[in-house]
Amino acid sequence: MNNVIGLNPKPELSSQAFEQLLDLLHHVYGYDFSGYSKASLLRRIYKFMETHEAKDGKQLIQLLAGDTSVFQLFLETITVNVTEMFRDPGFYKSIRENVLPILATYPQINIWHAGCSTGEEVFSLCILLHEAGLLHRTRIYATDINASNLEKARTGVLPMTHMREYTLNYLQSGCTGDFSDYYTALYDHVLVHKEIRDRVVFLQHNLVTDRSFNEFQLILCRNVMIYFNKQLQNKVLKLFYESLSSLGFIGLGMKESLLFSEYRSKYTVIDGSVKIFRKKN
Amino acid sequence: MPKYDIIIIGGSAGSIPVCISLLKALNNNNDIPVVLIIHRMRNVVSQLDMLLTREVGSVKITEPEDKQSITKGKIYLAPQNYHLLFEEDHSFSLDYSDPIHYSRPSIDVSFESAGRTYGHRVLAILLSGANSDGAEGLSYLTDIGASCIVQDPSSAQYPTMPSSAIALDKKIRIMNEEEMTTFLQEL
Repeated sequence: MNNVIGLNPKPELSSQAFEQLLDLLHHVYGYDFSGYSKASLLRRIYKFMETHEAKDGKQLIQLLAGDTSVFQLFLETITVNVTEMFRDPGFYKSIRENVLPILATYPQINIWHAGCSTGEEVFSLCILLHEAGLLHRTRIYATDINASNLEKARTGVLPMTHMREYTLNYLQSGCTGDFSDYYTALYDHVLVHKEIRDRVVFLQHNLVTDRSFNEFQLILCRNVMIYFNKQLQNKVLKLFYESLSSLGFIGLGMKESLLFSEYRSKYTVIDGSVKIFRKKN
Repeated sequence: MPKYDIIIIGGSAGSIPVCISLLKALNNNNDIPVVLIIHRMRNVVSQLDMLLTREVGSVKITEPEDKQSITKGKIYLAPQNYHLLFEEDHSFSLDYSDPIHYSRPSIDVSFESAGRTYGHRVLAILLSGANSDGAEGLSYLTDIGASCIVQDPSSAQYPTMPSSAIALDKKIRIMNEEEMTTFLQEL
């Protein structure tokens, strides 16, 4: 390797140092990242190393082993908490058209939104259910690994910055109401109305280590498993399979597939273009 | 044995026509996977994969799904609204973290990830565009000895992107469209 041109060479982490780091995170801090996608985990570790001027694994491990507050910053950097309302409007349109009419036949609807981050997609689903007249008999369990995400989600407060984009997404998702009826603007923030949120329970849950806690007619887990390797994806898909009622639905991110998993044959494709599947009887 | 394990082409505004000629030039390539990172609108239906397939004519250009294996001779287009990364087992990983240079997919992210995984056996090409995404990634690839080409800004519809890469790395190889197609035909 020659670093002749780069004035600030990028940090490097050897495979050995990477393993040492995973070991430290697991045994000292109790977080098991061994089933995570190496490429995206490394990318965020490098980002942390650049900000904290750690040039190699040795310096990074010294930083982390010595200071719990540095570890908290590290954890925030390496877990992704990006989300938006009505992300991929076509997905919500398909849920409205293909899934809600069937859910409507149940007296009580249980939904699990796994990896809900700060709640934006949960509130989007609540609005769909509200417009379909189903919200009052639905219970949504929204879970995330990160407690501070859940705290934010529980407040129902979102930054105003993205509301314009969210409104456009809402309009494209085939919704029938007026988006602005669902929130109140407060200076640079908005508050999602309580009646939209009050069927949601936000709970901390770790997909890697925790078990199922109920039976659901619909599970949403969008853009969470992309951070896992194939083995861990299969483990989580097993958890979802066991948590779905017979003929229950699962909705994934637009480029997440059951195709490379052991569960491919156990589901019917409801809408392949937006990744909605239904558990076979 | 081919000289490269992977070819990555990054582009933004004004890059699609050039991209099509490069893909046509690569027509007979059956050995090296090609990955396109092209900026697009998010949350808007895009059929760029179909458009490129139609224009190039000979191969199907597809958007990979998460953890899909990277296969020789195939052409992949980075999906909208995700960063595209490369795993050691030569499969794709998608990433939904913050946009870089207002872009997701970001060319910088994919260039760096390709370098981390494939080392110097990457061929990276940066085309026309109206922002500076790709420059840093290209400079990283040059540092680790990978092959990098930048579209001649004077021949680019939007010169900002190639110019930013040249500003970071004065010695980078600069080619116009014709030189790039000849180069690719001779691979």
